[in-house]
Amino acid sequence: MSAATATAAAAPTTAGSRRRARITPGRILLYAFIAVTALIWLVPIAGAIFASFRPFAETVRDGFFSWPQSLTLDNYRGAWEQGDIARKYWNTAVILVPALIFTLFFSSMVAFVCSRFSWKFNILLLSIFTAGNLLPQQIIIQPLFQFYNRVELPEWLSNSGRLNGSALGIILIHVAFQSGFCTFVLSNYMKLLPKSLNEAARMDGAGAWRQYWEIIMPLTLPAIAALATLEFTWIYNDFFWAVVLEQQGADRPITSSLANLGGEFFTDDNLIAAASMYVALPTLIVYFALQRYFIAGLTIGAEKG
Amino acid sequence: MATAAQVQTAPIPAQAAAARRLRQFEGRDRWIVLAMVGIPTILHIGLVWIPTVASILLSFTDWNGIRFTEMNWVGLENYRQIVTAFRRDFYQALINNTVLLIFLFLGPTALGIALAYMLDRDIRGTRFFQGIFFTPVVLSLAVVGFMWQSVIYSTENGLATQLFGGGNPVDWLGNQSFVIPIAQGFGVSANFLAILVAIAWRHTGYIMVLYLAGLKSVDSSLREAAMLDGSNEWQVFRHVVFPSLKPINVVVAVITVIEALRAFDIIYVLNVPRKTEVLSILTTNNLLGEGGGNVGRGSAYATILFVLCFGFVIWYVTNHYRRTQEGADE
Repeated sequence: MSAATATAAAAPTTAGSRRRARITPGRILLYAFIAVTALIWLVPIAGAIFASFRPFAETVRDGFFSWPQSLTLDNYRGAWEQGDIARKYWNTAVILVPALIFTLFFSSMVAFVCSRFSWKFNILLLSIFTAGNLLPQQIIIQPLFQFYNRVELPEWLSNSGRLNGSALGIILIHVAFQSGFCTFVLSNYMKLLPKSLNEAARMDGAGAWRQYWEIIMPLTLPAIAALATLEFTWIYNDFFWAVVLEQQGADRPITSSLANLGGEFFTDDNLIAAASMYVALPTLIVYFALQRYFIAGLTIGAEKG
Repeated sequence: MATAAQVQTAPIPAQAAAARRLRQFEGRDRWIVLAMVGIPTILHIGLVWIPTVASILLSFTDWNGIRFTEMNWVGLENYRQIVTAFRRDFYQALINNTVLLIFLFLGPTALGIALAYMLDRDIRGTRFFQGIFFTPVVLSLAVVGFMWQSVIYSTENGLATQLFGGGNPVDWLGNQSFVIPIAQGFGVSANFLAILVAIAWRHTGYIMVLYLAGLKSVDSSLREAAMLDGSNEWQVFRHVVFPSLKPINVVVAVITVIEALRAFDIIYVLNVPRKTEVLSILTTNNLLGEGGGNVGRGSAYATILFVLCFGFVIWYVTNHYRRTQEGADE
């Protein structure tokens, strides 16, 4: 939980801490309000973590918030087996890694051309990407589902023999949809780099690709890093595409496979609690380790995908 | 966006720009640039915009999604059915989406601004608190669903029951009775209000982060000058800080409207209790149901959703790019 808005916040915060405000009734009230609100915010999270370490019978008897008679790791062991968690992590990785790489790769290319060169369609193109990102996913799902159902794939690419039910299909829609947001953010960022960079590179005989890969991309890395953390979380947390476009529960990525199908895999609430901790862990690790990038990504873009 | 868009790019003389345009793509480069833009654009348009148009067209047909030969043009029939045979679901969804929109502004957005404003005021442990409020935004829906369905709203032993049930079980997510009746058979149901609490819990931190970023750009000397003039905290916020946050306000307003229209996740993971339907749920209901789908009707719901969103999307995009364009041209 380190530097939240480090880059932007550094100056005002350090200046402020030198003349730490006096203790007034107003400030005590302020702290009290923040602390109580934060506590309320933690209650559901704490309750779920707590339940995951307790035997089911005890929770049923005493309620979710009661003094524990015994704590156990049995739920974690049981959930790992019953939920087939290892396989679900693998399903997730197979989708997440390529989707993340191609989203950033594609959107950085579009952003590069639209923000570093002036040509007729750049504003139109950026508008299309930005607007596409703001549409509700549910608008396109009917035709997309029908289309995916009709595209045939060789067996090594898809268990079902079709785009519907394959990891490839889910990767493609993630890349198509998320590249809207990333193109928007990256073009905003690249616009701020000095134009003379391209001039100088051209003098040296660098073509478009080298200007992109060797000059602009290294300078865009902070924004790429910020987007990578954000997109990791969003793609990981997605369950809509996966629920609709992958009908086999066992082949789904972890979020969608465990999102609302409690009864399918697990017999009791405390097992679900433990399973949901497995689901939450990767995003929480990324979030707490990379909080700074995370928030930078949101504020360069200031709008969500 | 607020931070990025405000810093204008260096001005370019018009003639130099025109000359540069001529020599920027030459020979092989032209093809490379075309591929760099073309491949991502084809994918994006092909999987996002063409299906959008297809949704609109399919909404005028009675297609069942099986054979193309069984597709008939039925004009506005799907829409007629939505406002007649399916009016219960449809109007309830419209009410819920509208209530959600109002609620998002009055609840999470207001609280998010307030928290941002407070946490920006030289608070000890500000990052720790920011971390807490933002955690629900990154938390997987699988956990969020479990927390609210079981930990908080479980009929027998959830926290809400323990605190407010007075010793009796309370079916928080199943209670369809209208707390705020609106018309005969329509209103805001108790279980929808319960879900709104969960949505607020998830949305507030997001708004808070956006405003925290905006507040960094507020000139602190303005605030101090106003304080010296004898304005109180509220007056300073109302007349100095809030107006200078205009770019963030635009972004948040658009996000809020769009989030209200496309709300789906939490309601879906809570298994869509009756009376808590929203438009996005109705759109997918016809797809996931057993025994084939009704593509026509699902698409009609999608089209309604699209029409409601699109105005705001266009407004936001033109607003943003007009500003950056002016920045580049001047």
